[in-house]
Amino acid sequence: MFDFASFLPRAVMQGIPLLYGSTGEILTEKSGNLNLGIPGVMYVGGICGVIGAFFYEQSVASAAEMSAVLAIGIPMLASLLGSLIMGLIYCLLTVTLRANQNVTGLALTTFGVGIGNFFGGSLIKLTGSEVPSIALSATSAYFSKSLPIAETTGWFGQVFLSYGFLAYLAIIIALLSSYFLKHTRTGLHLRAVGESAATADAAGINVTKYKYMATCIGSMIAGLGGLYYVMDYACGVWSNNAFGDRGWLAIALVIFTIWRPNVSVLASILFGGFYILYLYIPTGTELSIKELYKMLPYVVTLVVLIVVSLRKKREDQPPASLGLAYFREER
Amino acid sequence: MNKQSLFHIAKRGTLPWYISAAIRGCAILFALIVCALVTMFMTGENPISIYGTIFHGAFGTVRKTWVTFQNLAVLLGISLAVTPAFKMRFWNIGAEGQVLIGCLATAACMICLGDKLPNGLLILIMIVAAIAAGALWGFLPAFFKARWNTNETLFTLMMNYIATQLAAYYIIVWEVPKGAGKIGIINQNTNAGWLPQIAGKQYLLTILVVAVMTVLTYIYLKYSKHGYEIAVVGESQRTASYAGIKVERVIIRTMVLSGAMCGLMGLLLTAGTDHTLTTTIVGGRGFTAVMVSWMAKFNPIMMIFTSLLLVVLSRGASEISSVFGLNHSFADILTGIILFFIIGSEFFINYKVSLRKAGKKEA
Repeated sequence: MFDFASFLPRAVMQGIPLLYGSTGEILTEKSGNLNLGIPGVMYVGGICGVIGAFFYEQSVASAAEMSAVLAIGIPMLASLLGSLIMGLIYCLLTVTLRANQNVTGLALTTFGVGIGNFFGGSLIKLTGSEVPSIALSATSAYFSKSLPIAETTGWFGQVFLSYGFLAYLAIIIALLSSYFLKHTRTGLHLRAVGESAATADAAGINVTKYKYMATCIGSMIAGLGGLYYVMDYACGVWSNNAFGDRGWLAIALVIFTIWRPNVSVLASILFGGFYILYLYIPTGTELSIKELYKMLPYVVTLVVLIVVSLRKKREDQPPASLGLAYFREER
Repeated sequence: MNKQSLFHIAKRGTLPWYISAAIRGCAILFALIVCALVTMFMTGENPISIYGTIFHGAFGTVRKTWVTFQNLAVLLGISLAVTPAFKMRFWNIGAEGQVLIGCLATAACMICLGDKLPNGLLILIMIVAAIAAGALWGFLPAFFKARWNTNETLFTLMMNYIATQLAAYYIIVWEVPKGAGKIGIINQNTNAGWLPQIAGKQYLLTILVVAVMTVLTYIYLKYSKHGYEIAVVGESQRTASYAGIKVERVIIRTMVLSGAMCGLMGLLLTAGTDHTLTTTIVGGRGFTAVMVSWMAKFNPIMMIFTSLLLVVLSRGASEISSVFGLNHSFADILTGIILFFIIGSEFFINYKVSLRKAGKKEA
């Protein structure tokens, strides 16, 4: 029988990095910036956390002397800082210098994945380990610490309480973003910038500031997804390219949820489920079928994309000026 | 009220070509300096020997030069393929998938028909299959874009992964030996379906085909009626339909062409040089092609230089990484830096920046 109690937690853990990525990208896209650099940003977020944790672990004599605050704080700050810088590069090029967003985003992805694998590879060399990965199990233990009652409450604990704090943070951030976009004045302004920058500008909204803020904060949120992946999901083990195409999947999730972070909470778990479904499908000897199951998230996204464009409901459309640079003097 | 900003930014008219070329040249120069600094920081070598190593990595031996030109041809070919669509402002980032599906179609013919048909006929079928597969992958997003204005960037992105998983599926179906999870060299003994080598050089055919493609694309975009229609649709869809151009038809036709060219590149990759199929056979070049094409301002002749720059850099950077024991992803970092500079430099070509006159009273 299909084992939901073991399937669901794994789906959630797969989904959390996607949730971070998609929440960040939704905020970014609501400002009219289509940041295709998210996969790169998530790599950078992950590797910066790893670097921070690595040097902290090196600096203390033994794992027993690590303080919980620093063990969590340093990687988190490093990760936020790294992804902030990526966001700033993107903004500088697309907002201030009005460069093409697609090209900038793709370049940022190349750069970010390069940074991740390069420093990952260098750290692996530094440790001189024989396997091509770095294990930061001491730091990871702090990140993946779950509530103590999770083990005693049976399936309920396993499904709802067995995750590290970053998983709950992801859900909180997604819900807050959703509230922010829908129910606050600043959120309304942000959406206005994404729909029509010229109109927002005429209404006295500082378009540049909104675009910068949304994109940088979005990047930082997405970067946390990389951090969660390394520290919690992968138990502190960084190996090059292990993060895979999750960044693109996060962008797919943005479309799938029709730009709604609160929907994304459940949708990311669904996607996480799709991602690992092939492990749970009894295929017998036909291993090849599993590869077709991995196609599911992309096919489903494609279908949603098509259906949304067919229905032409106004609330469901992408931000109208998505992908366009804004220049005030251009008419 | 807001304070006035220090700079005044205004749109420029078209610059004479030598000034814009000079700005781009400066950007590349700056980028190379920054790259050298970064490399210096990592390796402790002086910049001159770093660029010596890069040059050696790209052109050091006859074999390396051939590989460089083969890489150049593949990247240039894919860039040419995406260009007509870009000129139409159709943001096709699905070249990766379109090439891969071409590879898959080619491999399918080679494996399933390899020993059943005479070689000439087989190659003919392979060409048709690869081009048709690529064209189909281009047609789908174009059809939805033309009919219902479905976002093509996201559509083509998804198509990449569908192609990847299809390839992954068939790789396991056809794996040799069973359980290996890969195909290996197809038809190693019979060489059935391998494209002929010209003058005994493995890479020459690809290079020649791409050279012809470059000239044809240039002529197509610049001097044909189709090329003109593409340019008009790219500038303004409303103008185009007012002028009696059938926008839907142009979009679909151009994307089918783009996809078909990608499929052809897939054929050259699988049947011409690699003789295998992996999910990473395209290796991100579908994405790099977007940047190559854009940096060259969609001019096929300029693309030779932009793709040469990126290919030499990545070949050189992998030489640096093996000489100095760095990770191979170093090339990606250098590529990223160069791209950032070139992307940024476009601003100074399109806009004029001047300091505000002190005479105007600031708030």
